[in-house]
Amino acid sequence: MNTAYLPYVLAGVGLTLAVATGALVLATLLGIAAAAMRLSNHRVARAIATAYATLIRGVPDLVLMLLIFYGGQIAVNALAQRLGWIDEGGSLDIDPFVAGTITIGFIYGAYFAETFRGAMLAVPIGQSEAAEAFGMTPVQVLVRIVLPQTVRHALPGFTNNWLVLVKSTALVSIIGLTDLMYRAKQAGAATRAAFFYFAFAAAIYLAITTVSLLALRAVERRHARGVRAIDRPAA
Amino acid sequence: MDFETLFEPDTLRLYASGIGVTLELLAVSLLGGLILSIPLAVVRSARSRWWSMPVAAYTFVVRGTPLLVQVYLIYYGVAQLDWVQARWDAMWPWVWFKEPVFCTLVAFVLNTTAYTIELVAGAIRETPHGEIEAAESYGMTHATLMRRIVLPSALRRALPAYGNEVVLMLHATSVASVVPGIVDLTGAANSLYATTYLPFESYIAAAVIYLVLTFVLVAVLRVVERHALAHLRRGGSASQAPTAPDEAQPA
Repeated sequence: MNTAYLPYVLAGVGLTLAVATGALVLATLLGIAAAAMRLSNHRVARAIATAYATLIRGVPDLVLMLLIFYGGQIAVNALAQRLGWIDEGGSLDIDPFVAGTITIGFIYGAYFAETFRGAMLAVPIGQSEAAEAFGMTPVQVLVRIVLPQTVRHALPGFTNNWLVLVKSTALVSIIGLTDLMYRAKQAGAATRAAFFYFAFAAAIYLAITTVSLLALRAVERRHARGVRAIDRPAA
Repeated sequence: MDFETLFEPDTLRLYASGIGVTLELLAVSLLGGLILSIPLAVVRSARSRWWSMPVAAYTFVVRGTPLLVQVYLIYYGVAQLDWVQARWDAMWPWVWFKEPVFCTLVAFVLNTTAYTIELVAGAIRETPHGEIEAAESYGMTHATLMRRIVLPSALRRALPAYGNEVVLMLHATSVASVVPGIVDLTGAANSLYATTYLPFESYIAAAVIYLVLTFVLVAVLRVVERHALAHLRRGGSASQAPTAPDEAQPA
């Protein structure tokens, strides 16, 4: 068994985690915004958020990723030419890291939106009504009153979405990012020990998902301190 | 934008055959997954750890790793093992591992089986105690009780979650496009993009088709659910409404 490429494959973990955490931040922000839009009284905002959640969740990640990566390249170049940033026939290369992270963040924002919407609905309406009565603006009501109470209800769904998101980062290897998956594939081809290197990659993904699961369970328990045992997530 | 390219006969044929491949992959994966997962879900919910732990370990590993790794592991990995290569010229079933579609389907079936096991096992665990106690007091053996009481009700209650898994599996079949030689719907879009350099048209067409397939599947599943879960629906006819035992007694 040729193990010479193990450090090379292991060096891809950083990129995998960077894409995953970058996408997580973007997806969380988009998810909160879309959930708030879906629950707002503004009809256009509601329609946009509903369309976002429905369309994105109805199409495979991989197709969206290819669309945004290859299509985004052309769109950015067309825009840059129109604005005169680059000459006719010149081209800007989109960094695959940026493209991959934005794409995954954009996709999972739709899933997070559903989680956050459910969690926001679980916060009693009287809370936001009372906040409004105190003269808070809608943004203040969201940031000061609704979001802090949403955390507990959103955590189980958040955990689940994060696990799916981490696994979907493997797809960025298809658009050429040298993440864990890409390196495992290269190592497997170079050594003719593909089984070994893919099994190694799988073990690392499993370690990442297991550690996140345990950590997020602990956070869930901490956020459920003030809740009676029957509603609390099991240890 | 040049959406007219999409309606040329060659393109339409390419996408139509892609849809066919996607639906075949989906159907075979789901069928294989169902056949394997129902007995394994029973084992998963067994009281003895010796039985349940191996299945739990299997679902843990499969659900904790990306489908893409699983597909590569079987397509590139298994086919490169000397042990398999020594057998795949003549010996059944190893000859099949020369077929990319077979390798992909093995990965898909193993994947959906793991998710389905957990949701069926969850439904089995949530079977009302009273139903099981009643069956036991009738003297049913454990096997009879499973077959007649627990499974028929658990499989129905698992339907909404299973519907979700069906849609996820439809989307997951797009991963087949990374395997050389398989041209599913995503593969068709890849191929059109490679010949025309029209990314928006190629992938938006595929996305719209996936969206339509998703909506159709969801609608079909909703009809199936309505029929299979009619006994759990509230506000049905009086004879169907569940009656609490103390209410049934004459006042």
